[in-house]
Amino acid sequence: MDKETFIEQLREIVRPYAKNQEALATIDVSTDFIKDLKINSANLVDVILDVEEKYDIVIQNEEMERMLNVQAAFDIVETKLSEK
Amino acid sequence: MNNRVVITGLGVVAPNGTGVADFSGAIKKGISGIRYDERLAALKFSCQIAGMPDVPLTLQQQYFEELELKQLNSSGIIYGVIAGMEAWADAGLPLTADTPDWDSGTIFGTGTSGIDKFREAIYKVDDLQVRRLGSTAVTQTMASGISAFLGGKLGLGNQVTTNSSACTTGAESVLMAYERIKYGHAKRMLAGSTSDSGPYIWGGFDAMKVSTFKHNEQPEAGSRPMSATASGIVPGSGAGALLLESLDSAMERGATIYAEVLGGNINSGGQRNGGSMTAPNPLAVQRCIAAALQQTGVQPEDIDLINGHLTATGKDAEEIANWCTALQRKGRDFPYVNALKSMVGHCLSASGSIELVAVALQLKEGFVSPNINCEDLHPDIQALVDRERIPEQLLYKDINLVAKASFGFGDVNACIILKKYLQP
Repeated sequence: MDKETFIEQLREIVRPYAKNQEALATIDVSTDFIKDLKINSANLVDVILDVEEKYDIVIQNEEMERMLNVQAAFDIVETKLSEK
Repeated sequence: MNNRVVITGLGVVAPNGTGVADFSGAIKKGISGIRYDERLAALKFSCQIAGMPDVPLTLQQQYFEELELKQLNSSGIIYGVIAGMEAWADAGLPLTADTPDWDSGTIFGTGTSGIDKFREAIYKVDDLQVRRLGSTAVTQTMASGISAFLGGKLGLGNQVTTNSSACTTGAESVLMAYERIKYGHAKRMLAGSTSDSGPYIWGGFDAMKVSTFKHNEQPEAGSRPMSATASGIVPGSGAGALLLESLDSAMERGATIYAEVLGGNINSGGQRNGGSMTAPNPLAVQRCIAAALQQTGVQPEDIDLINGHLTATGKDAEEIANWCTALQRKGRDFPYVNALKSMVGHCLSASGSIELVAVALQLKEGFVSPNINCEDLHPDIQALVDRERIPEQLLYKDINLVAKASFGFGDVNACIILKKYLQP
């Protein structure tokens, strides 16, 4: 999967959680879920569950801890998909 | 501090009307909100009728964000938030953007709330999927979920809590809120209560055989308080909300006042002298009513209307007898009687607050709502109270003083006295 496709898909996944919808429009690899998109930290687990469902993968606790921005999400998902 | 306390806002989500306007119209016309429930039938319930409010998605979208609705699976929180926010808006209070309103709080009760969410969570846990519960399994299933939701939406900065005392919950919340304002700890308190709907809430009552199984074919005739053919409760659900405010604050804001809360009494029969986990100690009920009158300085002969607990079980005659003893009144001298459950069923932890919304409307507008399904009055009640005091038709009449009582499992009682407020 190329990065652009992933970012487009991720944008839809985080849309209901993002309090800053303007930042959502300009999302890129450096976008931080909490600092930029203003996602409530409690909702990060929901974002991760939605990502798991979308790609049919399981993200481990340690990976969850570092999945705080778009780049990290991409790296984790890409690794998981390549292991399938 | 000894502030006078008034009601300046109402909100309600009831089986026979969502929103105060619809509910007010329904209780005047004697409209039943009891319906046949296919889900209960499919689950082989004995009682297949119930009272469930209509809360379409478009209505929910006015009160909840898209994200909240995505995860919400707690009917009690939906009902309570809609009723609570309606009462807040009805009182003419603003939604503050930044600073909490330090002078406003809530005591919003429930029996069990979020049971559908709880069920969802339990299935996941047992399926080794605890990690998939999501972020809202706690907030939707904690007892105080309803007050927490309201506190956030309204920006409440005073006490935010949930009380729980079975079917006394709603009446208790109003008395606790009353005291908080009376003693100067808050200017405004959103009082009320909510109760989930559905088979997982009602199943236990079905198993105890306290729900009627004789009216599955005639749902609207199923809830029969005071009737000779009363055969058990019809389970209901919903929420009622009352914005209580110090008279000073209400006058300062120029708020419309529905009624004054004079006070009341809360007690327990200790599960002694005939009282038990599920039945009230008659002496405790009588003491509760008498103490409510004494504490508010109201003479028994001045009560115009009783809004009873009257659930449509065999206990209704005993309740009327307790009122007769406590007030020392009977026959034609007995106050008018309201049995709201004839129209909405027994809304359990929400019953007291929904009934108090009905009381406030009757005081404000000057009417006595009709009692339905008691055309065959129970002979033991007929022996105590003149038929005319239990109206089956709407009566337009100025009501000055109302005594409202609620009783709950655990042998707990509450009695509140409300008075008409003459706006200067």
